[in-house]
Amino acid sequence: MAAPAVTTTLDRLRKSGIVALIGYALLALVGVWLVVNFIKTPTEFINVALIGLTNGAIFGLVALGYTLVYGILQLINFAHGDVFALAGLVSFTVIVDILGLNADTSLIAVVGGMLLTLLVIMVLFSIVNATIELVAYRRLRRAPRLAALITAVGMSFIVQNISLAIYGVGFYSIPSFIPRSEAIGIGNITYSWNKLAVLLITIPVLILLTWFVRETKQGKAMRAVAQDTEASAMMGINVNRTISVTFAIAGALAGSAAIVFLLQFNMRYDTGFELGLIAFTAAVLGGIGNLSGAVLGALVIGFIQAFNEGLTWYTPGSDWTRTIVFGILILILVFRPEGLLGERTPEGA
Amino acid sequence: MTASFRERLLTSGPGIGVAILLIVLAFLYPKYAGSLNDLPALGDFIPSVDSMVIMIVFTMMAIGLNMVVGYAGLLDLGYVAFYAAGAYTAAWFASQQFDQWTFHFGSVGISKELPGIHLSIWLVLAIAGCFTALIGILIGLPTLRLRGDYLAIVTLGFGEIIPQVVRNGDNVFGFDLTHGTFGISPIDSPGFGEVGESLGLPLSYQQSFDRAQWFYWTALVLLLITVFCSVQLRDSRLGRAWIAIREDETAAAAMGVPLMRTKTWAYAIGAFFGGVAGAFYSSFKSGAFPADFYFNISVFLLCMVILGGMGSIWGVLLGGMLLGYLNVEGLATIGAKVQSETGWDWFEPTKYQFGIYGLIIVLMMLLRPEGLIPERRHRRELQLGVRDTPFYDVTTEGAMTDRDSEND
Repeated sequence: MAAPAVTTTLDRLRKSGIVALIGYALLALVGVWLVVNFIKTPTEFINVALIGLTNGAIFGLVALGYTLVYGILQLINFAHGDVFALAGLVSFTVIVDILGLNADTSLIAVVGGMLLTLLVIMVLFSIVNATIELVAYRRLRRAPRLAALITAVGMSFIVQNISLAIYGVGFYSIPSFIPRSEAIGIGNITYSWNKLAVLLITIPVLILLTWFVRETKQGKAMRAVAQDTEASAMMGINVNRTISVTFAIAGALAGSAAIVFLLQFNMRYDTGFELGLIAFTAAVLGGIGNLSGAVLGALVIGFIQAFNEGLTWYTPGSDWTRTIVFGILILILVFRPEGLLGERTPEGA
Repeated sequence: MTASFRERLLTSGPGIGVAILLIVLAFLYPKYAGSLNDLPALGDFIPSVDSMVIMIVFTMMAIGLNMVVGYAGLLDLGYVAFYAAGAYTAAWFASQQFDQWTFHFGSVGISKELPGIHLSIWLVLAIAGCFTALIGILIGLPTLRLRGDYLAIVTLGFGEIIPQVVRNGDNVFGFDLTHGTFGISPIDSPGFGEVGESLGLPLSYQQSFDRAQWFYWTALVLLLITVFCSVQLRDSRLGRAWIAIREDETAAAAMGVPLMRTKTWAYAIGAFFGGVAGAFYSSFKSGAFPADFYFNISVFLLCMVILGGMGSIWGVLLGGMLLGYLNVEGLATIGAKVQSETGWDWFEPTKYQFGIYGLIIVLMMLLRPEGLIPERRHRRELQLGVRDTPFYDVTTEGAMTDRDSEND
């Protein structure tokens, strides 16, 4: 990096290792807290951890959308969370109003219906997300980065209000056609079917994504553009199309995330704001731009959130979830801006 | 300073005359607002004096935000935190919140036996400003090293944390700091006490018959002070350093601008005005409630800055008053008018107000990024480009982003 060495008090502290020391001390405290909680109530601890795993999987699907777009455009796509919420509401319409799935539907119909919904929503929202890029961000490629970021914030509000206009302020939840009964149970440790369904959808989607990015020509183009846009343009890669494809994939991931979210929780027009921020934190935690980092970060955040809301010994509780998640975000950006798996960027250096 | 002011007065031409005329008209507003309401077609769209107070308070915050975003180019998505800090400072030092103590200093219109800390609101405004500036520094110190979008996210994080801390702050190890979701109410009123009363000024605004107009005039004075400070700062050494950082951080550092100190000042001063505005507003509303401080307010203020023109004081004034008007009265009035004229029940602009602000942001960024009243320098930056890492541009041959060169 060509920037002159700007030494600040904090930089000096960082070099002297005090900041790192504080960071490790914080980590150690969290470790002690987890261990004590585990010893006191082992069964609850594992049950809570399973909830964290499930939620983390959902966050991961959304976080991947942020990280894909950031990797290629260095843009925090604020509207992503709201696209997720809109996708959830539309999938409610598809599942309940169009397919009419309910608790009495037979297993085959449920599986078929879910796969159909998944397909429809993923295709639809890949188009929506690519359109957002085309309309709002493409013209700003030459503009300063903040201009695009501000536009993304505006876009987020527009998408949120589209959801509001169509679906109003009410909460939507689907009937429990996937039973909440025990799927796997060892003693008092249980894992319900609707949580298992989340993993059954998430894991294949992740495998598909990995295959796409690693093996296909378009995936290679994506990685090339993310690495060096100009060089890839010189090599004959269609940069605009590659960016559109990236947004389309991010939209499809948001769509699948919305469906698995709906299996467990209810949602309304503004669900996407908070979840989007959590997912973004996950992406930063893992190292923004890094795909496996996003999933790892999402699992960590999922665990932290579940432990905070589910454990009993010295636990702040759900009133503080937002503060904790954003506290983590701030701490990471201060202590390790490149994230768990990321590389140092000029922003963090 | 006096000489340069005289010079400016002499060389500025008609601009200064228009400004003086506008200020006089603004001060007389409560006197003729009533007759404006009687105008045939436009009358319903004239904001009441009460609404004007709110519009001015938000404009003041927008001008504070403009110093951070417009001058120094640091995108702050959590400005609402400063508004909250100001409002709660007023609530702590001018209400019955801490009724375990009784302390009065210049309080007006209330019994001296009333428990709680009751300082004069004028003093509280200053305290709120300084306290909020301190918070700005505390937020800034660890985060201002980060550039661009990372900074935006961190400020957003603080903007979300502070309201939640406020909401949960009714039991800080057994101590009721913020009274939780109920908020703190009532908050003392500004006023001039017995001394002022003998001079014909109101003893306490809230108890005065002309409550609205006194709040209005005070808000206007605060706004004028903010604008004055903003203009002076822009042309000062510090302001030029901000603009240098905005245009090219690396070059600014190479020329000897201390980055951290300059940025922290931008944060502190921007926060100061947010805090004063927040404290004044909570005194006007006579309460500070956690539900008032949410992310949308930050975006709303940002929208004012963008609509007016980043870095342009007159633009932000216009943008702030315009959007403030739409927010307080305009959208509701327009909605009611359209509904009664056409019978369209679905036409509810207030429900979609943040969608409308979002649309304004996107349209402005796409079509007129320099704002309604652009600042000359900022427009040139947008046209000619600056060394802020731009997106890669496939249409311009040889465009190379900083990011690429830095990573290689």
